[in-house]
Amino acid sequence: MRFMLCYSLKCAFRLLITIGNLFGQFGILSDMITHLVTAGVMMAGLGVILATLLAIANKKLYVFEDPRIDEVDAMLPHANCGACGMAGCRAFAEAVVSGKILPGQCTVNSPEMIQAIANLLGVSAGSREKRVARLACAGGKHVARVRALYRGLKSCRAASLVAGGGKGCAWGCLGFGDCKDACDFGAITMNEFGLPEVDVEKCTACGACVTACPRGLFSIHPVHHRLWVACKSEAKGEEAEAECEVACTACGRCVMDAPEGLITIKNNLATIDYSKNHLASPAAIQRCPTGAIVWLDDEKGPIKGAAAKRVVRRSPLPVEPSVRI
Amino acid sequence: MSLASQWTGVKTFPRGIHPPEFKEMTEDKPIRRLAFPPELIIPLSQHTGAPAKPIVREGQEVVRGEPIAEPSGFVSVPMHAPATGVIEKIGLARDARGTMSPAIFLKAYPGATQEVLYGKDVNVDALSREELIKAVQSTGVVGLGGAAFPTHVKLAVPEGKSVDTVIANGCECEPYLTTDYRVMLEYPADIIKGLQIIMKAMGVQRGIIGVEDNKLKAVEALTPHLPADGSISVQVCKTKYPQGAEKMLVKALLGREVPSGGLPIDCGAAVFNVATLAQIGELLPRGQGLIERVITITGPGVTRPGNFMTALGTPLRYVLDFCGYKGDDLAEVILGGPMMGVSIGTVDIPITKGITGVLVMTRDALPSALADLATDETRALPCIRCASCVKACPMGLNPSALGALGRKGEYEDMAKHYHLFDCFECGSCSYVCPSSIPLVQYFRIAKAVVRQKQAAAKS
Repeated sequence: MRFMLCYSLKCAFRLLITIGNLFGQFGILSDMITHLVTAGVMMAGLGVILATLLAIANKKLYVFEDPRIDEVDAMLPHANCGACGMAGCRAFAEAVVSGKILPGQCTVNSPEMIQAIANLLGVSAGSREKRVARLACAGGKHVARVRALYRGLKSCRAASLVAGGGKGCAWGCLGFGDCKDACDFGAITMNEFGLPEVDVEKCTACGACVTACPRGLFSIHPVHHRLWVACKSEAKGEEAEAECEVACTACGRCVMDAPEGLITIKNNLATIDYSKNHLASPAAIQRCPTGAIVWLDDEKGPIKGAAAKRVVRRSPLPVEPSVRI
Repeated sequence: MSLASQWTGVKTFPRGIHPPEFKEMTEDKPIRRLAFPPELIIPLSQHTGAPAKPIVREGQEVVRGEPIAEPSGFVSVPMHAPATGVIEKIGLARDARGTMSPAIFLKAYPGATQEVLYGKDVNVDALSREELIKAVQSTGVVGLGGAAFPTHVKLAVPEGKSVDTVIANGCECEPYLTTDYRVMLEYPADIIKGLQIIMKAMGVQRGIIGVEDNKLKAVEALTPHLPADGSISVQVCKTKYPQGAEKMLVKALLGREVPSGGLPIDCGAAVFNVATLAQIGELLPRGQGLIERVITITGPGVTRPGNFMTALGTPLRYVLDFCGYKGDDLAEVILGGPMMGVSIGTVDIPITKGITGVLVMTRDALPSALADLATDETRALPCIRCASCVKACPMGLNPSALGALGRKGEYEDMAKHYHLFDCFECGSCSYVCPSSIPLVQYFRIAKAVVRQKQAAAKS
């Protein structure tokens, strides 16, 4: 092989010299052509050498990768949202092929695609109950008091750093929509009261809104967690209600009406123990005076109890700021 | 130190800005003692570090100066009853950050005396360094310049570091505020005494009091009280913002640069505010606790501005009412100065250890550019790369680039490559920006997000 290469180079060189001599009578032109051809041949030779090296490296350093990873990867949604717990879609594909995780763990993918992946790998699709992001606040502009006007960057994070924003309730939603901006799936929209609404169909439970909210109002829950406290205020009864008409006043009626241990009052706030979720029923919400505890129905949305005061106002509460921030 | 400063003897740091001072409203008003409000609210966390633990129960009677909460660790300080009265409850109270935090509610007895009824004299000369640090902690004194960092923590010099100079910070470079100035004029002996105690606790032989050259009267007031041994000197710094930032002051007075991410202690200096020193000088020898502080109430929104010795826990509304707060005008209330102070969303918050002053602005008084901004909240103009902010930044950062990244949400990049955490939010960049870009607000968001991410990565 080496001999062949050397020989061919030698031949080529001789040929060059011959051609150069042929053009010898043309002086400069012949020199130029000689140089050109020399360069061309040298480059071609170099190319052959490097290609050989590459070919060897390809054989010697070859790493086997399961071709199914690529196939599975192609069937994933490529949102790279991380809702499955993996670093991204590629990592998920690798985990699925190695059998560490079932295809159904991807919450973004369509059921057909999940089945297709399962069929390809010969594993069960694995079911995972739909999980969604839920907001622990119902204090829209029409029910929650605003004590100061905030001006500045239109972002919850920015507002929360300036005296906690203008909202009367120190725990409530600021309504600038950082969660909406963080959501890659368009699952969050801001409603007429300035509160984010989660589209259950679009939500993939990736958790981007959970980290985006400076008040920590979002959390991820399986859809069968139907009993929900839409409030985070730890203020005492009347103080909480003075800031927001739908605040939890920690009156304890839901605690009494629910099976024991399901609901407890912690820091002036009704708290649901979801490990006992199977005991939950709409009975617990019926006597709530403010409607802070709700029953989430698939079709009707959040249902308030019979005793909850009705909020008929749709326009925002008048802003009477003592201070502008 | 520049050549010019060597010639004039007036020391300063590179870059910085010259905002109008507005100190004439209150600088000639002597410190007045304010009456007790009917109810005082003492938040358990009015200092940096762990909140204090209450040691009183509801219904208990306390006398002025009596400890009502104990520190819950080394980086924590006790609280003392600012007035004689009865503990009403221990519950949540709104603080300047807009959150609700635990506080002790104290109902002051009508006609309660301003005399401090609690405390035991301490012989400072007999105390060792460790005992002095303990004694400083028991006074409950924190940095009264605004940071509210427990003073005794700064006194404990970590292993492997040494301090050769203690600096008393009497610069007060924030416009409007005259708290430190009045303290220097009226309590010079206490400041020197406090500085000597601190120097003893840290084992340091040299003390420098840095005062800006617009407060030469304060220099005159301090000079006669300087000890004869020459261990303490008063040095004049140029009037420039932010001369009172500790890193800038160290640079101006000692010509040393605090390393990135470090503290003055990393270059052999320790900086204390003069008001802090005055309180230590007054309280520590008497074995008393911090129960009041001087605050400046000023701005066009009040009719009777002034400097007040206010009991900690006094509701701000009570103080403002006393000063003729109109309140009907759509106003902006800022705790601290206009540059680094924080806007508050309600005046129903108590005066805490870290509040240096309260600035009440009216809509008419705001500069027209700001008033325009107020009507259209998103009217920040594009960056024109004028580099005014670069020329202003005392830390030598590039606020323009940081701002551009902040707008895009590239917070990690800001922290990693643009020294985000060296910014101490002095606001010089936002002040000079001709496009009204809210640079500091971007930086605050970035810091909050990066810190949250770091905390999440740790847990």
